[in-house]
Amino acid sequence: MEVFNVFDRLFGENFLSALVSVILPLIFLIIYALIAILGELKISAWIQERLGPMRTGPYGILQPLAEVIKLIQKEDIVPAGANKLLFNLAPYVIFAGSFAGFAVIPFSAAFVPAEINIGLFYVFAVGAFAVIGIVMGGWASNNKYSLLGAMRSASQMISYEIPGALVILSAAVLANSLDMQKITALQSGPFWNWYLFGGPGDWSKIWVLPFTLLLSLIYMISALAETNRTPFDIPEGESELVAGYHTEYSGMKFAMFFFAEYSNMFIVAAILTVIFLGGWNSPFGNFMSGFWWGVFWFITKAMFIVFVQIWLRWTLPRVRVDQLMYLGWKVLLPFSLVCFIFISLYRIVY
Amino acid sequence: MTFEEIYKVIKEKFGDYVGELVNNPPSDAFVEVSAEKLFDICLELRDNPELDFDYLMCLSGVDLPENLQVVYHLYSMRKKHKFVLKVTVPKENPKVPSIERIWRSADWHEREAYDLFGVIFEGHHNLIRILLPYDWEGYPLRKDYKEPETYHGMKVPY
Amino acid sequence: MATTKFIDISFSKIESDRMRLNVGPQHPSTHGVLRLEVELDGEVVTNVIPHIGYLHRCFEKIAENMNYQQVIPYVDRMDYISSMNNELPYVMAVEKLLGIKVPEKVEYIRVIMAELNRIANHQIAVATFGLDAGAFTPFLYLFRDREYILWIFEKATGGRLLFNYFWIGGLANDVYPTFKEDVLNIVKQVRKTNKEIEELLIYNKIFIDRTANIGILPADVAINYGCSGPVLRGSGVKFDLRKDEPYSIYDRFDFDIPIGTGEVGTVGDCWDRNIVRMREMEQSCRIIEQAIAQMPESGDVQSAIPKKIRPPKGEIYFRAENPKGELGFYIISDGKDKPYRVKGRAPSFVNLSVLPEISKGYLFADLIVILGSIDIVLGEIDR
Repeated sequence: MEVFNVFDRLFGENFLSALVSVILPLIFLIIYALIAILGELKISAWIQERLGPMRTGPYGILQPLAEVIKLIQKEDIVPAGANKLLFNLAPYVIFAGSFAGFAVIPFSAAFVPAEINIGLFYVFAVGAFAVIGIVMGGWASNNKYSLLGAMRSASQMISYEIPGALVILSAAVLANSLDMQKITALQSGPFWNWYLFGGPGDWSKIWVLPFTLLLSLIYMISALAETNRTPFDIPEGESELVAGYHTEYSGMKFAMFFFAEYSNMFIVAAILTVIFLGGWNSPFGNFMSGFWWGVFWFITKAMFIVFVQIWLRWTLPRVRVDQLMYLGWKVLLPFSLVCFIFISLYRIVY
Repeated sequence: MTFEEIYKVIKEKFGDYVGELVNNPPSDAFVEVSAEKLFDICLELRDNPELDFDYLMCLSGVDLPENLQVVYHLYSMRKKHKFVLKVTVPKENPKVPSIERIWRSADWHEREAYDLFGVIFEGHHNLIRILLPYDWEGYPLRKDYKEPETYHGMKVPY
Repeated sequence: MATTKFIDISFSKIESDRMRLNVGPQHPSTHGVLRLEVELDGEVVTNVIPHIGYLHRCFEKIAENMNYQQVIPYVDRMDYISSMNNELPYVMAVEKLLGIKVPEKVEYIRVIMAELNRIANHQIAVATFGLDAGAFTPFLYLFRDREYILWIFEKATGGRLLFNYFWIGGLANDVYPTFKEDVLNIVKQVRKTNKEIEELLIYNKIFIDRTANIGILPADVAINYGCSGPVLRGSGVKFDLRKDEPYSIYDRFDFDIPIGTGEVGTVGDCWDRNIVRMREMEQSCRIIEQAIAQMPESGDVQSAIPKKIRPPKGEIYFRAENPKGELGFYIISDGKDKPYRVKGRAPSFVNLSVLPEISKGYLFADLIVILGSIDIVLGEIDR
């Protein structure tokens, strides 16, 4: 399928199309965040055999709106002794990091805001902003608990970036490209062309099939650690540190932290979708495919991964911080290295 | 072993320091011992292989009209027998040797008896109040206790 | 206004590379108002000092001004989660002093209520233990099951958490007609949910990693510290007052005593204490089924209640197996209708004193887990 930017075609390659390309993902992000908040409340209620919010609007649909309004009108408290500049900047730094990743997410064959030929590498690099933001927030709060939470979070996120990077490296070797649109385009066709099952090609991909399955699992786990979700939610360990690095935040900045968390969830879901699940390709080959169907498929697959993340949060207990480090360095890293070696060998042979 | 047999063993070893066995059912039987030899008696109760009291069930203070009393309830997990000791001290000088080195459960119980009655346990490593604030004055469970009027500026009786 | 004097009660001067962290008194996971002063070396705990007394309500002083019957609501409020088990030793102690024998039906109802309350208590213990380890969902499943038990209590006694039901010599009122069917339904539901909780939480690898080999309490240390209940049995000591010193009619029932065996990890770790509580729930179900089968239909529950409760001069120490351990009441009577001294020996008071001993050398996150596995309730620590 031909890939291009639809707004470039419509408005010409000028500032207007660039502006639209930025605003559209932002609007999508806001709507998605509202749906994700409602989804989290309702899915957790369903797992825990209760109803969740039911009174705000029919079946609680307006609950996210109520939460946003509540958070906006809250008093903005800055603790005495906190470093004001860093304290105020921290939530926005985290959000900027994850929103910058949206520049290369291919929503459809017709729309990727910036076609960069090192797309995967870029999205990983800007995802590291979150670490800076968290440490800023934790240190600038002038609170022992926040500092502990921030330090734990920083070590956790940095440790789990490495297996994640190795997964992306393997995907780049498989696809011979770092460009997200090209990787998605390569997976066109029925669902057995997805990289989850070894990628486009003939029966020789049966050799690489177990490794790609394993790689997707490794990426899922390191994605959970990157977004600080249970079982890796030690930084916000509710029963231990009250609320970790965002203990002292209130009002709009607190809302920003949560917005950034949901945005991060979507970014990792999007990367997983693009690399392993075929991006905007329809699983039925040419049936239900096209530029608009692409958007539909992409969002459905990413939302499914987000659903899995929410599901895992409410099912599993929390991992302790040293066990977390053990898992990241001694389990995920060797496995991802082995997978990378095998995939490289496969690429050399085939 | 029955209460009488245990009493006989202790009485033989410590003679005058051990009082008489008081036994009126349905009330519990008890023995009064003197405060000076309390540590040695308790050590004997724990280490003697026939007696083998390894579990201190309860340590309570009692405010009698003239003196203060500390009551020890002991139990043996293996032999499954019980014993009750009492120590009586005058209110002006309520000093009792501490047995927290023998049974570690006595640690907090003795702090509580000190907190509520004012019994001073000699040899305790950290005899400070446990239930009441650390700078409270007075020993509430004594019968002649009068509440202070204020505590840090707050009115106490209501 | 004078400011509060700070009194340093730490055992040693704090060294320069240690951090002193204050946990509590209000905190999402300390099971009540408990303040822990934790000395940390990085993430490793080097010393813990519990500060209690925030919930001290002067129960023992008040009890000296009340009738024996009027003390019962105060006794309820000691361990407010399992109130029936608090009332039982107190009421039996006074009955022993008075020499009253209660009718059979009363004994059976007391046992059934006490065991139901034991199940309710262990449900909370396991649920909050899971919450301390980060698992949010078992908490809701167990609390939903606990609701069914509380509905039975509400129908029978009028209260959900605090009852004033066991009276000296009998009960406050008889049980309602469909009591037996309701209780048997509960037993079925408890068994079903426990199976689910075992799969979801207890044998979950992450949970085992969090709780096995943590907070190991050797048996002789436990006995010396006076621990009792699941804390003692989790260390492998097969001691249960219902079997070793049977009171009420427990000698008529056939049940086992679960102990910790180091199934995953070492004997006496947090996982063992937790599995003891899970298995005890099953044993309580067995006792309840047998009691329902043996309970006499007819009988007046108030026939043995004396008009005047005036025990003769004397004293008694009576203990019973609370869900949290051994609850003992030391009552001194001087012949009047008000007790001279009532001392409640609370199991959590003694169990909590073992916390500094077993948490040295573990990480800070483990300290919360260890505290959860001891299962304290501040109501009975502070009285």
